[in-house]
Amino acid sequence: MVEFRYRTDEVTEQPSVTLDAFLDQSNATAVRLEPDDDARALIPFLDRLTLIEVAFPKYRDGRGYSSARILREAGYKGELRAQGDVLVDQIAFMRRCGFDSFAPEASLNPDAVQKALSTYDHVYQNAADSAVPIWKLRHG
Amino acid sequence: MKLLTGNELGSGAVTWWTGSSWSIHVEDATDVGEHGEAILHAEEGARRVNAPYIIDAIATPEGPRPAHIKDRIRALGPTVRPDLTLKPADPAAGDWII
Amino acid sequence: MYKYDHYDQAVVDARVAEFRDQVNRRIAGEITEDQFKPLRLMNGLYLQLHAYMLRVAIPYGTLDSRQMRMLAHIARKYDRDYGHFTTRQNIQYNWIKLEECADLLEELASVEMHAIQTSGNCIRNISSDQYAGAAADEIADPRPWAELLRQWSTFHPEFSYLPRKFKIAVVASPEDRAAMRLHDIGLELVRQDGALGARVFVGGGMGRTPMIAPEINPFVKADDLLSYIEACLRVYNRYGRRGNIYKARIKILVHEIGADEYRRQVAEEFAHVKTLGIDPPLAELERISAFFAPPAFEATQAEPDRSDPDFAVWLDQNVKPHKQVGYAIVNISLKPIGGIPGDATSAQIDVMADLAETYSFDELRVTHAQNIVLPHVAKRDLYAVWQGLRDAELANANLDLISDIIACPGLDYCSLANARSIPVAQKIATRFADLDRQRDLGELKLKISGCINACGHHHAGHIGILGVDRKGVENYQLTFGGSGAEDVSIGKIIGPGFDEDGVVDAVEKATEVYKTLREGNERFLDTYRRVGLEPFKEAIYG
Repeated sequence: MVEFRYRTDEVTEQPSVTLDAFLDQSNATAVRLEPDDDARALIPFLDRLTLIEVAFPKYRDGRGYSSARILREAGYKGELRAQGDVLVDQIAFMRRCGFDSFAPEASLNPDAVQKALSTYDHVYQNAADSAVPIWKLRHG
Repeated sequence: MKLLTGNELGSGAVTWWTGSSWSIHVEDATDVGEHGEAILHAEEGARRVNAPYIIDAIATPEGPRPAHIKDRIRALGPTVRPDLTLKPADPAAGDWII
Repeated sequence: MYKYDHYDQAVVDARVAEFRDQVNRRIAGEITEDQFKPLRLMNGLYLQLHAYMLRVAIPYGTLDSRQMRMLAHIARKYDRDYGHFTTRQNIQYNWIKLEECADLLEELASVEMHAIQTSGNCIRNISSDQYAGAAADEIADPRPWAELLRQWSTFHPEFSYLPRKFKIAVVASPEDRAAMRLHDIGLELVRQDGALGARVFVGGGMGRTPMIAPEINPFVKADDLLSYIEACLRVYNRYGRRGNIYKARIKILVHEIGADEYRRQVAEEFAHVKTLGIDPPLAELERISAFFAPPAFEATQAEPDRSDPDFAVWLDQNVKPHKQVGYAIVNISLKPIGGIPGDATSAQIDVMADLAETYSFDELRVTHAQNIVLPHVAKRDLYAVWQGLRDAELANANLDLISDIIACPGLDYCSLANARSIPVAQKIATRFADLDRQRDLGELKLKISGCINACGHHHAGHIGILGVDRKGVENYQLTFGGSGAEDVSIGKIIGPGFDEDGVVDAVEKATEVYKTLREGNERFLDTYRRVGLEPFKEAIYG
């Protein structure tokens, strides 16, 4: 279940369908991407989607981070949820890659999450968030 | 025989299950027989050991001798730095490993 | 060399605080070892054969005396009074306590050092040429590029859970002193129409399936570099194999889909990534480059006085030409005969720090051959430097000779190992202890790995030794013909393995065959390449 959500709009009610099912039927508004799904397959449909759930069956499998960034880079504005083996120490990276809601299999301590998100004031590189990378702070 | 081994969480020291507690000396290790997994889970759950696992060993007059050379090096210390092992003054220690 | 600004310092300070918190949670039992393991690995802390082992990053192998002294202090205070310099230009401590690790990292952070991303499936230390800024053949100092990449790769949110570890090397000379072609990404700085750019190689590596990186792009401009590398990494993160750790490096992906297809995918991704504006302006590379400006060399023509014969021998073997008149590059061998390759005591580390501060514009380098370099020594100071090294048992004149062995820690230290590597190195060095004999054999790069992970780079050895476990007993395979230089090649196994004494005898027989067959100035490697394996095989196996 969704434990942390960084959006102000309503949580979507519709259950998510698989990518294959979505590409077959046209009226779903929520899709679930497995690690080996190609996020770019959704690019033509982004304005119809309110929720994309990216599965993390194992925390070590980092393909979902690329999927997330690709979707945000393509202009996706809906909810982007990380689901599965999501540990508190990954939340900050996931936020930077564009995830704005989290459904971890094992419950996370909200204080720990808050701490994880506020540990670093500065970042070195661009990602899908609005953080200004250090090189830009240096050179304006 | 089967020995239960692991590390002290805070210090990282190699430790051996003695039957009632944990010792850094493999001579104190006891044969856990069929009960190794159960003891392992209990001790790990109570956080008295980190990263525990079970190894094979043979009983000798000097105490248990791990079957594999890697475990013997782990029990005593690096063969190339006898001064850093648990038995720096023992000239026979190297032979025990190899 | 690069100096942190307040942003850089803030990042390492925050990292120390974060790790301290993670360690506290682990010790209090709030997180399990399974949950803690990836966190401590991303901070270079392994649970190794004897204890926790910490790998401290030395970015592109460059450090100053203050940092070197801190490494000595760490060895004394937190470890057993020595450190081990590695084949990726880092340093390892083998006896660290978890409960003291955050304090250790805090002390490191006070001198702009850290252990970030020295382990784990993320982008590791960017390595480079140990003669950078001093070698006459470089077209530019590669280290500003390495520093740019270091910052870009630090806590990269998309690339922290890659299929496997990722190693990048940057060089800028036709002579490859960093084994660049055997890295996941190798960059060679080149000039095109007056502009500086990088030739990009992707898919090299050693380990179970050694491969030489093919060229993926002949020229990437400086202000396209990070976008291009980002594209390379994204293709890998998305499509690298994840089921089998022996098939998960990028070399497997490039090999399986082919360099052409990989190049095509990267080009497509690059075209997209380039639109995101992630490349810093050239001003950032210029800002970093300013830290690598040449030191204030003096006008000096003095040559060293060669009258001390021991000094002369060391001068001829370990000291290399510098691009600046009157200066030289000093190589400090951490390979004493019978000693442990790459190890240095805290006292020795302090000596090297002092010598660097006094005689080398306060700079040192760590080489991937596990030695140390003083890059900028005035020739008139060479004798004083040599005396200081000699008194600290750091003056072995064996650079690139057979006793200048690269050896991984092996089964004496490493839980991944199948066999001990250090005793083999010790026995070989002792067998060939006579320096005249070594010099007669000439350049002979011998490299030993205690397991297939090849941290000793045995595939790249003129003579390579691989330790294996044969039914519970240590056994050693011999390879010939590898090279990590610009004449890169992967060594071939010569035949059945040997026990410890057997492999030392076999190496000796191989050198005898070489001496019989060599022509002109041929090195062992050249003779082997010319005559092939047969003569060696006959002599060794009879």
